[in-house]
Amino acid sequence: MFEPDFTAEADRQLSVCNACRYCEGFCAVFGAVELRAAIGDGDVAYLANLCHDCRMCFDACMFTPPHEFAVNIPALMAEARVQTYERYSRPRVLAGLFRTPGWAIGGVTLACIVVVTLLVAFGMGTTALETVQVGPGAFYRVVPYLAMVVPAVVLGAFGILVLVYGARSYANDIRSGDGRFVSLRSVSTAIRDAITLVYLKGGGEGCYDVKRGSPWRRFFHMLVFWGVLADFSATICAAIAQDLLGYLPPYPLWSIPVALGTLGGVAIVVGAAGLIALKVRSDAKPTSARMIAMDYAFLAMLETVALTGLALLAFRSTAAMGSLLAIHLGSLAALFITAPYGKFVHIVYRSIALVKNAAEQNGA
Amino acid sequence: MDVAVCGGGNAALCAAIAARRAGASVVLLERAPAYVRGGNTRHTRDIRLAHDEPNAAATGSYAEEELLDDLLRVTAGETNRPLAELTIRESKSLASWMSEQGVHWQKPLKGTLHLARTNGFFLGGGKNLVNTYYDTVERLGVRVVYETSVVGFELRERAVQAVVYERAGAVERLRCGAVIVAAGGFEADVDWLKEYWGDAAGQFRIRGTPYNTGLALKALYEAGAKRIGDPRGLHCIAVDARAPKFDGGIVTRIDAIPFGIAVGADGARFYDEGEDLWPKRYAIWGKLIAELPGQAAYAIFDRKSIGGFIPSVYRPLCAQSIEELALVLDLEPGALVRTVTAFNDAIRPGGTFQPGSLDDCRTEGLAIPKSHWARPIDTPPYYGYPLRPGVTFTYLGVEVDAGARVIDADGRGFDNVFAAGECMAGNILSRGYLAGFGLTIGTVFGRIAGESAAAHVRA
Repeated sequence: MFEPDFTAEADRQLSVCNACRYCEGFCAVFGAVELRAAIGDGDVAYLANLCHDCRMCFDACMFTPPHEFAVNIPALMAEARVQTYERYSRPRVLAGLFRTPGWAIGGVTLACIVVVTLLVAFGMGTTALETVQVGPGAFYRVVPYLAMVVPAVVLGAFGILVLVYGARSYANDIRSGDGRFVSLRSVSTAIRDAITLVYLKGGGEGCYDVKRGSPWRRFFHMLVFWGVLADFSATICAAIAQDLLGYLPPYPLWSIPVALGTLGGVAIVVGAAGLIALKVRSDAKPTSARMIAMDYAFLAMLETVALTGLALLAFRSTAAMGSLLAIHLGSLAALFITAPYGKFVHIVYRSIALVKNAAEQNGA
Repeated sequence: MDVAVCGGGNAALCAAIAARRAGASVVLLERAPAYVRGGNTRHTRDIRLAHDEPNAAATGSYAEEELLDDLLRVTAGETNRPLAELTIRESKSLASWMSEQGVHWQKPLKGTLHLARTNGFFLGGGKNLVNTYYDTVERLGVRVVYETSVVGFELRERAVQAVVYERAGAVERLRCGAVIVAAGGFEADVDWLKEYWGDAAGQFRIRGTPYNTGLALKALYEAGAKRIGDPRGLHCIAVDARAPKFDGGIVTRIDAIPFGIAVGADGARFYDEGEDLWPKRYAIWGKLIAELPGQAAYAIFDRKSIGGFIPSVYRPLCAQSIEELALVLDLEPGALVRTVTAFNDAIRPGGTFQPGSLDDCRTEGLAIPKSHWARPIDTPPYYGYPLRPGVTFTYLGVEVDAGARVIDADGRGFDNVFAAGECMAGNILSRGYLAGFGLTIGTVFGRIAGESAAAHVRA
């Protein structure tokens, strides 16, 4: 639950929006506000995650501070999002990681890299970190196959469990008595809205940039999304090559897993850097410091994983391969561990909000 | 500088764009600080455009003749016909011209669908439009100066030599080849309003910018420009009494009156609440309330009407009985109960309530009837909004010709003084209201003024 004062403030600001309605063309939030005579706790949780943080409504608003109506919807929504992320996360003790995202993600990443390196040094001997390894199975002579797969599966399964729990409680809280909103139609509409990132179009003006709207944020976000998907697919392809076709990595540069993985890695590096640059250069008023910290932490995490992966590829036939593999796997482990406690979770809550929005608009 | 544009709203920006594109060097003097720049354009949302076929801005077709008919109807024929026809003809090119300046269009809102054919809705409303235009003028190389008030003109014969402006407490002058005045009306100068409205003006809420005090308009009059329009002429609607003195914009308007009754401070009704459909119904209440004692009125309705009208930013006051509601609103309970009882008893039975059309729910036998949408106020809780007049703009202005050139008291044009927007809209929209047409006049005459000024300095 939000603090009662926070919900009351959301109700106050959104009642200005409901009386004005000029921003309706930017995104789905304002259409959803119009369906509500008053804004309660579940509505705030819903609207906050329906908001894609394009910030166009802040520039367009006649009532932003210092006007006495003091409307700042993007900041309100960002703060509410931070709170929903933490609220629906379990176990509670780990949900505390949301509070200090920089330290949490930085610390976990560093710890994971150190632990993996030490495990390799003690388990495989320090020579594994310093000698040239080439030919089929080279990576597994540094980190054995099972030592890679088992932690990934365990951490992945744990993460999915936490996210499913969060998704269920969130969907329950935003249902607000109007029954089920998950249907084939609403889900397919939501998938379309999510894949196309339609609400990063700002109704045609784009998202925040140095000055006014631009298409860059949507473009960079696309790069990151498809980059992550490409890297995930590369991993699947590598598993097929190894387990079904019997080829052991490392694979040649122009093989499907390496080409796809490289493409994905470069897309993530460029996309995340672009998103960071946009945040650095944009106005800080229409956002929340906690949300921004979470954004930077997650983007830095993605950059670390992608850059270490590319470095591993570049130097895989040198003596640095062992150390680079340890560092890359350490950062990957950190990504898996922190995923349910950082900005990654926006995928879950925003998707559910999009499904509810699709259902509402279909019914409306 | 070739051209000095006085003002920073829609008309001023369009003038600056047009003059700059025509090759003149342009300075734009905006009185407001940057964060509240744009005059009353900040609070606008749509622009009325004639068009023969659907375009990016509007659906269907809206012929020039139809728009002219609409204008003649609201002004009761009091319009400068050639200027009106010019505006309407030019309005046909505005959708694409505005798109060229970077304006995006959006689908009309649910509550304003009936305007989708006649009016184009720019994405994000007026402040977004203003921001787009400022980006455009800056990109074109117009010098924009904020917090600068134009207070006078230095004249030689019929030509302005320099603009006199006030900035940071100092009065300075700027030499220029031509001047475009597009600095709005004078509605934010309450003392000026009091000259025509007496003390009643003290109760007015000014819905738009506090910077429209008519300084540049006054300077034009001092330079000898010819006045046009009724000085008492105001566009004035009912707003919530809790609205801020200035800049409350669209969100303080009260559109609940046709759903119930309106009473004055004496608890008695004073006008037929069911006379006409939106937006006409909405535009008459400001003046009606301005003429009441204390400039105070109250909209009274019951639970049945909740959800029927676009909400305002303030929640209505609420009570379980009419007596209690009267106390909450600071009215005499007996008087309000008598009014409501008499109203309820006078409603002709058997009507079918249809808020979207002139239905058959009406009263019979009352001195002040309610001709449509009359339903008994009998379902608690009961609600009330305290009302005040909310001034949108003034009609008083200066006369211009088809080149936007300002005409002096002798009926002759100034050599190099042009006007656009609210300060000359009265040539065409002398009274009444046509949604989005103020912006049409401002954009058309802004463009004309910019082109005329540029042509003058190049000649």
